[in-house]
Amino acid sequence: MADIHLEMRRITKRFPGITALDQVTMQVNNKEIHALVGENGAGKSTLMKVLSGVYPYGSYEGEIFLNGEECRFKDIRESERLGIVIIHQELALIPYLSIAENIFLGNEQARNSIIDWFKTSSRARELLATVGLDENPATLVGNIGVGKQQLVEIAKALAKNVKLLILDEPTAALNDRESNQLLDLLIQLKSEGITSILISHKLKEVEKVADTITVIRDGKVIDNLTKGRDEIDEDRIIKSMVGRELTNRFPDREADIGETVLDVRDWSFYHPQHENRLVINRANFHVKKGEVVGFAGLMGAGRTELVMSLFGKSYGKRHSGRILLKGNEIVMNSVSDAIENGIAYVTEDRKGYGLILIEDIRRNLTLPSLGNLSSSGVVNSSEEVLSAEKYRKKITIKCSGIDQNVDNLSGGNQQKVVLGKWIMLEPDVLILDEPTRGIDVGAKFEIYQIINQLAAEGKSIIMISSEMPELLGMCDRIYVVDRGEIAGELDRQQASQESIMKIIMNHQKQSKEISHGQPQTVL
Amino acid sequence: MDSLKQYFKSNIRQYGMVLALVVIMFFFQIVTGGILLKPANVTNLVLQNSYVLILAVGMLLCILTGNIDLSVGSVVAFVGAVSAVMMVDWNMPVLPAILIALLIGIVVGAFHGVFIAYLRIPPFIVTLAGMLIFRGLTMVILKGQTKAPFEKSFQAIAAGYISGGGFSIGGFNLIAVLTGIILSALFILGIAVNRRNQKKYGFEVLPTGFETVRVLVILAAINWLTLSLALYNGIPIVMVVLFGLVLIYTFITQKTIFGRHIYALGGNEKAAKLSGVKTKRVMFLVYTNMGLLSAVAGMVVAGRLNAATPKAGTMFELDAIAACFIGGASASGGIGTVVGAIVGGLVMGVLNNGMSIMGVSVDWQQAIKGMVLLGAVCFDVYTKSKSQAD
Repeated sequence: MADIHLEMRRITKRFPGITALDQVTMQVNNKEIHALVGENGAGKSTLMKVLSGVYPYGSYEGEIFLNGEECRFKDIRESERLGIVIIHQELALIPYLSIAENIFLGNEQARNSIIDWFKTSSRARELLATVGLDENPATLVGNIGVGKQQLVEIAKALAKNVKLLILDEPTAALNDRESNQLLDLLIQLKSEGITSILISHKLKEVEKVADTITVIRDGKVIDNLTKGRDEIDEDRIIKSMVGRELTNRFPDREADIGETVLDVRDWSFYHPQHENRLVINRANFHVKKGEVVGFAGLMGAGRTELVMSLFGKSYGKRHSGRILLKGNEIVMNSVSDAIENGIAYVTEDRKGYGLILIEDIRRNLTLPSLGNLSSSGVVNSSEEVLSAEKYRKKITIKCSGIDQNVDNLSGGNQQKVVLGKWIMLEPDVLILDEPTRGIDVGAKFEIYQIINQLAAEGKSIIMISSEMPELLGMCDRIYVVDRGEIAGELDRQQASQESIMKIIMNHQKQSKEISHGQPQTVL
Repeated sequence: MDSLKQYFKSNIRQYGMVLALVVIMFFFQIVTGGILLKPANVTNLVLQNSYVLILAVGMLLCILTGNIDLSVGSVVAFVGAVSAVMMVDWNMPVLPAILIALLIGIVVGAFHGVFIAYLRIPPFIVTLAGMLIFRGLTMVILKGQTKAPFEKSFQAIAAGYISGGGFSIGGFNLIAVLTGIILSALFILGIAVNRRNQKKYGFEVLPTGFETVRVLVILAAINWLTLSLALYNGIPIVMVVLFGLVLIYTFITQKTIFGRHIYALGGNEKAAKLSGVKTKRVMFLVYTNMGLLSAVAGMVVAGRLNAATPKAGTMFELDAIAACFIGGASASGGIGTVVGAIVGGLVMGVLNNGMSIMGVSVDWQQAIKGMVLLGAVCFDVYTKSKSQAD
């Protein structure tokens, strides 16, 4: 085809210990909407970062051609100059600036470094009309909804004379009406000559707007589908996305499941800032002794918020519902209440919420357990060192010693420290939020072994993961969470990626009115 | 040898400042022709800097949380004024007056603490407001005038000495000499017990030779100080207070759960909270404690001047903050020690004192102190980036 806009040839990108992209070749035609689909961690975002220059030329192998000319971007500015604009899932808007100021941020309408406000606002008005957003350019971005903010992002891209627009999960935080508006806009922009690459988990959308689809899995291109040539339907895409052999990636475990330990009934709560937004609506679930229960769901489904709300109401407002621990109702108003009840939560964001990076392994490991390692408020430092030493060995943290600062550890070892600090407390219920995010395959396997060992010791484990194979390989039972509700429950035999996806799709069809904001964890 | 290297590396920030202090003292000893370390001047140094050092101890806790307290200078004046009203105007006995003054300090600190910890108002703003409020109240109470004099026993807190009861050996105050010997013995005992415990639990200990040198240097410093004081009037009472505070607060920060929670809060507040640290309570207590120590310093200042004045304590907050930063505390929180803050305060104190003896004008003193602060923090950032590189 002569009309190739972008061609990426044999792109290989390696990180220490892992090959994120393996010989990926992808062609995007002029004036088309090209969908890029794949599981979390498949390499979609990495590929787009290579394309937009976040990973500069030289840090990857392979070639990029734009309109037949080779490009070697050193940074984002260079790719933007050629009209490649990426809109990330976390919007890069400044809430305290106006829409117009945000649109021209870094691209100010100025003469001799003095901003021309008249031009700024009149150009902004034109751009807003193009994207179909009926707002005053002087309105602060913080005062408009997420859907409208997304449109502002696109207006911002248009202001940079975008030729190739990359959208990373643009509709994850939008409701159906907003999503449709956005998708219609993409089709409209296509007719105006703008090519788009759409990364999305919502396969219905992909089916609706995409002209071609590239499926990647484990850093490799698995499938290429073109509208008209191939039959495009959800089942086929799902198969390509997930169809892989699960051999030996997860250690075996003999499940020995006892009585119910934690039982949550009709648990609901509201967003901490937007007090009328229901985040979780009447969730019911339980976990038994020695059981590993998984929470599956898409980004922004509310899984992290749900478990954090249980952990001493660390998230949300106006909680309602009941929590039963071994049959007795308990109330946890703070993290220390949760700890006293034997509930531990391993955060998904180990650097932001899990570790104190300037402190050493010992102090990080023992922080929640200091009460057990002290008498009348005075820490027994010898016991502390022995305890830290014991758990360092138990979970094999690779380090020069427990006095090493945690910021010098690899991601996998940092994750083990976060895990270790909670295991040290000997909790009955251990909630793991994305326990293997961003760590390499070997470390993942070790974490799985630790999880299995804990389950074998009779602990109850709740595990959130965006990697479905991980849930399927590890869990005895899986709850599917979607849009703040428990959409379904699957036991080990029933659970498959197809059945989970089906539950999510069906649930999304049913509940159209509840909308969600950005998946954020705000303390 | 490796463990020795490791030891130095992990302690370079503290040793670096102690070394700097020694170099500065050595320098002024030479340029002042030996006046700096004369017994009378050493005593003077202690008396002059005691209140800044007391404030630095409290300020360190605030800085560990990643914040500062700007109100301490005003609280010093306020507590001094209230004490003067109680003792001078109402003729209240000294002891109850002191206790009430301390209580007022706690209330003032708790006042700040409520806004900072529970209402989440940034500490900079709350304590800036406190600085204006309590400076204003001081002037209201004193009606813009100086109140004096205090009773002798109150003055003694700041300007008195532990007398040798007349006993002296060849001009040396006996109690001061004995204190030096007892402290030396306690120190050796402490080190020995610590080493035995470390060996018992199978931890690494410092090589014996190195440990011996370290102990000898510290013993020499202790005894040199007590002997100098013994040659003059003996041990100043305020120094006993200061020494006690340093011991107590070192213990709190290094050995207690509360102390560890302060460091954790300063290192990563969100992670600390999710680990069960009651972050609001810790914050509240840190600022309440600052109020208490401001009250102690306030009485020391009033006692030393033998008067309560509206201008007392001006700029003390900045001296205390500077002492902490020179002593290796990190502005972003989570790093710093009480001993470091004291060393930092002494660096500033010796600079002040040395330059005054040399006859350097006050204007230049300010500028030089500013440069020392900047240099110390640069050194700190540099060693931090180096220790992170490997």
